[in-house]
Amino acid sequence: MKLFGRKEVSTGEILAGGENAIANKEVEGLSQGQIVRRRFFHHRAAVIALVSFASIILFVMTSLDSKMGPIRIPGWWQWTVEDIPELRYEDCPGGTTGCPTISLDPTSDAFGLGTHPFGQDDIGRDYFALVMNGARRSLMIMFVIGAVSGFIGVVVGSIAGFYGKKVDAVLMRLVDFIQTVPTIIIAAVIGKAAGKVGPLYLALFLGILGWTGLARLVRAQFLSLREMEFVDAARVAGASNLRITFKHILPNAVGQIIVVITLIMAGAILTETALSYLGFGVVAPDVSLGLLISQYESSFTTRPWLFWWPGFFIISIALCVNFIGDGLRDAFDPRQRRRITKKDREQAKLQVKAGE
Amino acid sequence: MILFGSSFLVYNLAAYASDPLAELRLSSDDGARQQIISLTRSLNLDTPPPLRYFLWLKGVLGIFVGNLNLGVTREGFTVQEELAYAIPVTVRLVLAATVTAVLFGLALGIISALRQYSRFDYGMTFLAFLLYSLPIFWVAVLLKEFMAIQFNNFLSEPNIPIRWMIIFSIFTGIFWSSLFGGERKRFWTVFGGAFATSFVTLWAIDLTDWYLNPGLGPILIAFLSVGIAFGVTAISTGLSNATAKKAALTMAGLAVVWYYPAQWIFNNFGSYFTIFILISMIVLTGLGLSRVYSKIDRRPIARTAIITGILSGFLILVDRIMQSWDDYRATDAVNGRPVPTYGQRKDQLVTEDFWLNNLDIIMHLILPTLALILISLAGWIRFTRGALLEVLNQDYIRTARAKGLNERVVVTRHAFRNMMLPLSSLFVGEFVGLIGGAVITERVFGWQGMGTLGIKAINSYDLNLLMGVNLLLSILVISGNLIADLVYSALDPRIRLGK
Repeated sequence: MKLFGRKEVSTGEILAGGENAIANKEVEGLSQGQIVRRRFFHHRAAVIALVSFASIILFVMTSLDSKMGPIRIPGWWQWTVEDIPELRYEDCPGGTTGCPTISLDPTSDAFGLGTHPFGQDDIGRDYFALVMNGARRSLMIMFVIGAVSGFIGVVVGSIAGFYGKKVDAVLMRLVDFIQTVPTIIIAAVIGKAAGKVGPLYLALFLGILGWTGLARLVRAQFLSLREMEFVDAARVAGASNLRITFKHILPNAVGQIIVVITLIMAGAILTETALSYLGFGVVAPDVSLGLLISQYESSFTTRPWLFWWPGFFIISIALCVNFIGDGLRDAFDPRQRRRITKKDREQAKLQVKAGE
Repeated sequence: MILFGSSFLVYNLAAYASDPLAELRLSSDDGARQQIISLTRSLNLDTPPPLRYFLWLKGVLGIFVGNLNLGVTREGFTVQEELAYAIPVTVRLVLAATVTAVLFGLALGIISALRQYSRFDYGMTFLAFLLYSLPIFWVAVLLKEFMAIQFNNFLSEPNIPIRWMIIFSIFTGIFWSSLFGGERKRFWTVFGGAFATSFVTLWAIDLTDWYLNPGLGPILIAFLSVGIAFGVTAISTGLSNATAKKAALTMAGLAVVWYYPAQWIFNNFGSYFTIFILISMIVLTGLGLSRVYSKIDRRPIARTAIITGILSGFLILVDRIMQSWDDYRATDAVNGRPVPTYGQRKDQLVTEDFWLNNLDIIMHLILPTLALILISLAGWIRFTRGALLEVLNQDYIRTARAKGLNERVVVTRHAFRNMMLPLSSLFVGEFVGLIGGAVITERVFGWQGMGTLGIKAINSYDLNLLMGVNLLLSILVISGNLIADLVYSALDPRIRLGK
């Protein structure tokens, strides 16, 4: 059993100056932003995730009518959540009603979406419309949580890290304080009260609870960055505290911040669905993906589609966000180098030979 | 101090957000009026919440004079009673899940890091992200459907279709061959071997109706024990250490010899105490073996022998528990559907038999534990992989390799130990976090643990109960952080507290 195999280093690589040389050559003469962008787009999984995430958002947002104040943008889907069309019962397995009409078999007559591609719920509402509505709500909550906790986390973390000493001590006790409050329980208490005021408030509250990890990270970054020479240089040149923070320190920390915010968002959609599932998050008549699963959990054996579709959307959204976060982390991490492929090695060898 | 602040906040927030009498006020019944009065009196509802908090605090601080009073619930039980009932249930669930998840996560993460950028590594990365994105309630419902209901149906008419055997064998083949890596020829050799082994195993299982009357039997245990002996030696000391190999093989032999006596002991004195005695005997035997076989360097030999002995002994124990399977299925409470979907015990199962009781507990543990494992496994794989890669890039690893140590020593002694530092403190945090975070698992599977208690408190606006749960969880988080710091500084000589 060769469990402990070691990577072989070919002679060509050593001649070419090791893996560093290949990787360094690629980023010669590029700005930091360009390097990051380049690295990100080389991360295949992250790009796929980004594209699918964008298409999911587009798909979900345009499918139903959206209201922005007096303006009404009509969606392309024929049913809305309020419509109650007739329950379909033909072709359904085992005497069930409202089964999905979507068919991926190109040989059959029913190929295509049909009238109710995701099926219908027990009173006949179109399940596609319900799922779209739920996904929209969940996405909204996810973004609000990301924005709120991102904002608070960055502000608190940078103040604590920049000023240090007493300010730092006080703010970090605040962080400890919030961390001891068990999230699910307090969120449930708030959710129970907020159920009457709507999902936006729920998202705001969850955001207020979720920033502690980010604040710690930003603080640590600030503590190490403010000792750097370039910060001293800026201060000697007469830059104000604000200018140092925004122009010199934050740009250096932004990579990590973005990564953590994506992770918070990926966690947020799971927290929201979990809360709604327990009955403390979004409550009926509002719709969210977690609530849909909770409502139709018992009908899983007879009408599984009521259970599959919302789950599918939760997983794909969370998966995309996670992969995007992973790609960003790799792109921002200066120690990360692109993997040296066989092709690169061959090329390096050729170059060395040509040079001889 | 923090505890005081956070409990004050939660108390008032919860007190203002909820009105315990709302439902009663709506009814015009005379009994309801009576209830309002009695509840007001027992819960001090006429005092405003900030003041009532201090009444509650007085009871909590009573712990210092040996008189803890967390108040009473709406039904009139004391909160301590409720907590005392719920804690063991949750700890049992979370401990089983965390330990298993850590073991699997460590193994997969380590292999994934050692084979960085291999097929296996990419597969594990994807798996980790997928598991990371799964909502636990969704997984739990799926597990209930497929692992319990359909498996029970399958048991009533057991017959593995050949199609499934092939599909399953292909998956095992892919897993093992990507694990070993290597060139194309090696890939196919390993794939073929794994495919054939799992196919034959499944076929044998199907032919012998093993799942109706499972058990390992002395022959299988003999084979497995010898395999364990070789495996443990390979990782612990390397197969070139002949003395260690001899000690491990002797241990495996002893395990087989002890198979029948162990049966007799288990049948007549089945208890945790017996198991404890047997384990101590294994440890003593291991120490003895190292004395007999070697004059120098006894520790690694004793270690190898003891690990081998405990693993083989574990096999015999598993075998014994499996033997109860048939009886268990036949009991009235189970009625031929052995995988339960609900609850932490079968109340109808009244038996004195140690093995039946334990099998019952294990069967109830399986599904919720599996759900929790699936969710937390992802984190462990990623953490382990990241930590090991970080360590493997350190200079001391290069030094270790440069002075000619083989890869096994470098990985197990230099890399693994350093990698365990951050992970050990993480383990404490994870364990504590899960006690409060198993709410959903508990609800789906109907366990009466801490999470269920919290939900019940919120739903019935039971402030004292809520505060009891909340206080306990806060204390756990704080002491968990403290323990993590202490463990870290105890393990890592570079960190000293108080300097």
